[in-house]
Amino acid sequence: MTALKWLRHETVLAVLTIVALAVLASLSDKFFTVENLLNQGRLMSEVGLVALAMTFVIVTGGIDLSVGSILGLTAILLGVFWKNLGLPLPAAMLAALACGTFAGWVNGVIITRFSVPPLIATLATLALYRGLAEGISEARSVRGYPEWFFVFGQGEVLGVPFQLWILGIAILVSAVILGLTPFGRATYAIGANETAARFSGIRVNATKLWIYTAAGFLSALAAVIFVSRVTTTRSDMGTGLELDVITGVVLGGTSIFGGRGTIIGTVLGLVLIQSLKNGLALSGVKGDGTIVVIGLVLIGAILVGALFDRNRGG
Amino acid sequence: MSSAAVSIGRSNLQRFLSGYGQEIVVLLSIVALFAVVGAVNPRFLSDTNINSIFAGNAYIAIAAIGMSMIIMAGHIDVSVGAMIGVIATIAGSLAVAGYPVWIAWTVPILFAVVVNAGVGALVAYTRIPSIVVTLGMLSILKGGLISATGGAWISDMPVEFMIAQMRPYGIPSAVYFMVALTVLAAMFMRYTDFGRAIYAVGGNMEAARAAGIHPERTVIGVFALHGLFTGIAGILFATQLQVIQSTVPPNLELTVITASVIGGVSILGGTGTVIGSTLAAILFACIGSALIFLNVSAYWLRAVLGLLILATVLADMARRRRAK
Repeated sequence: MTALKWLRHETVLAVLTIVALAVLASLSDKFFTVENLLNQGRLMSEVGLVALAMTFVIVTGGIDLSVGSILGLTAILLGVFWKNLGLPLPAAMLAALACGTFAGWVNGVIITRFSVPPLIATLATLALYRGLAEGISEARSVRGYPEWFFVFGQGEVLGVPFQLWILGIAILVSAVILGLTPFGRATYAIGANETAARFSGIRVNATKLWIYTAAGFLSALAAVIFVSRVTTTRSDMGTGLELDVITGVVLGGTSIFGGRGTIIGTVLGLVLIQSLKNGLALSGVKGDGTIVVIGLVLIGAILVGALFDRNRGG
Repeated sequence: MSSAAVSIGRSNLQRFLSGYGQEIVVLLSIVALFAVVGAVNPRFLSDTNINSIFAGNAYIAIAAIGMSMIIMAGHIDVSVGAMIGVIATIAGSLAVAGYPVWIAWTVPILFAVVVNAGVGALVAYTRIPSIVVTLGMLSILKGGLISATGGAWISDMPVEFMIAQMRPYGIPSAVYFMVALTVLAAMFMRYTDFGRAIYAVGGNMEAARAAGIHPERTVIGVFALHGLFTGIAGILFATQLQVIQSTVPPNLELTVITASVIGGVSILGGTGTVIGSTLAAILFACIGSALIFLNVSAYWLRAVLGLLILATVLADMARRRRAK
């Protein structure tokens, strides 16, 4: 019964995505080409990686506004570790990934140990992490990375962009964890009713701590890919990323109140947004016009979903 | 609710203090900040600096009043920054096009009220979470604004349009607006049926309905009211500088939401006061200015601010836990 309920929004979304793809393909013959679609996948990967973790976060009834700042901070640290501290680049990458993961863990500790509501906790760390990125970098950018480093953001494996493989693996792993494991069931249970979950013996705090830490890790991974793709680090990288990510997750049918949502939905939401952005741009709509369409689609899709299911919590 | 229950048997003063705990913490922080930073660098207490702290940030405080009401009603509006950008652009364009200033002031405010009432209706009747609707509005307003204007700057507004730069009795008009609106809103929340209905809806929607409150109308009303405050904030924002950049001020929504939350409005709805949010907006402005006077590198401003927000939140959580 509940599985059917979840599927409804995804079905609407899948139909909407197919319609959008068909319309966009008819508007521009450049849109539905393998080359363009793969390139769009490349552009979608950073938001996509973070959105997978965000799906878990929102399913628990939480939110993480600091992901864009973690991305910015990790990018800056990568540059600092490599250029200023002289670490070999692979070590610098690992160290930066560890720091980003740690930033996510700190979010989790603030939320679980001090019971600060996630919205407020991550609002504070959004400012803190971005501030650290600005302070450490002093607005200097780091360039001149070696050629091999660009494989993460610009390279291809078997004709498919490198980061699309990473995204694909991450999608599979997170879909399995959320859909098929006790950890995934704990995630839903916490979002549905945290007190009840606690009384049924679910380790609520440990589960949440893992999820916020994972959000930090995937934001950090997105940062490495981002730096590799644009060949430079700047402290303002990832600004506003949280809103793009949340839009994708919510469009994908994850309830902002927690307890419901799927990875498939999130992936569909991301694909719809990216194809709208790209397809409309190819059909001559200016970049800012596409933002308007995405806003309308977000409200419209959720409205349709709500009509299917009048019992949505309010 | 809990503070009222706890304070039975205490003196009136204690009851008053426990009801305004967060506000008093914020107020004392502001006083302490002025004392300490003023002692280190007396120029911090100069007229010019105090004026710039209060007048330059009044629009944030005013927007935070409306946001506080929204949060108390159990909702949120992440499109407030985009809306302020849109209002400023409409107002500036009308003024430059030669319309009388009262039209340039009131039409954008009316626009904000109507649009936000529409958002409120969507939230109230379709039960779509407000964060989703306003996330969509953020995209629509931001994209619409840049598509319409191309991000061009508006300048050469008529002098009589620049209301934020007027200084009756030597005090910037923005400060009058901030004080008057805070007091009015605080009285409104405390002494009117509608104000109490906002708390009730935020506390428990179904209980509010059972108590004879119309929750849907209350939600539409509170969004419209928030539109009014956003509109006034937008006009002050538009008129405080000689040019209006017709883009969305970056991160403004976060600043406004943070001021409301740090000022003691529970993000869970149902409690809080608008005085706290105004004080918190002033506190942020003071901290930003103090760091400059203490020679902290501008690059570290945001990190220090973030650390202070985090410290405030943790202290507040510890205080609330003790209160339990």
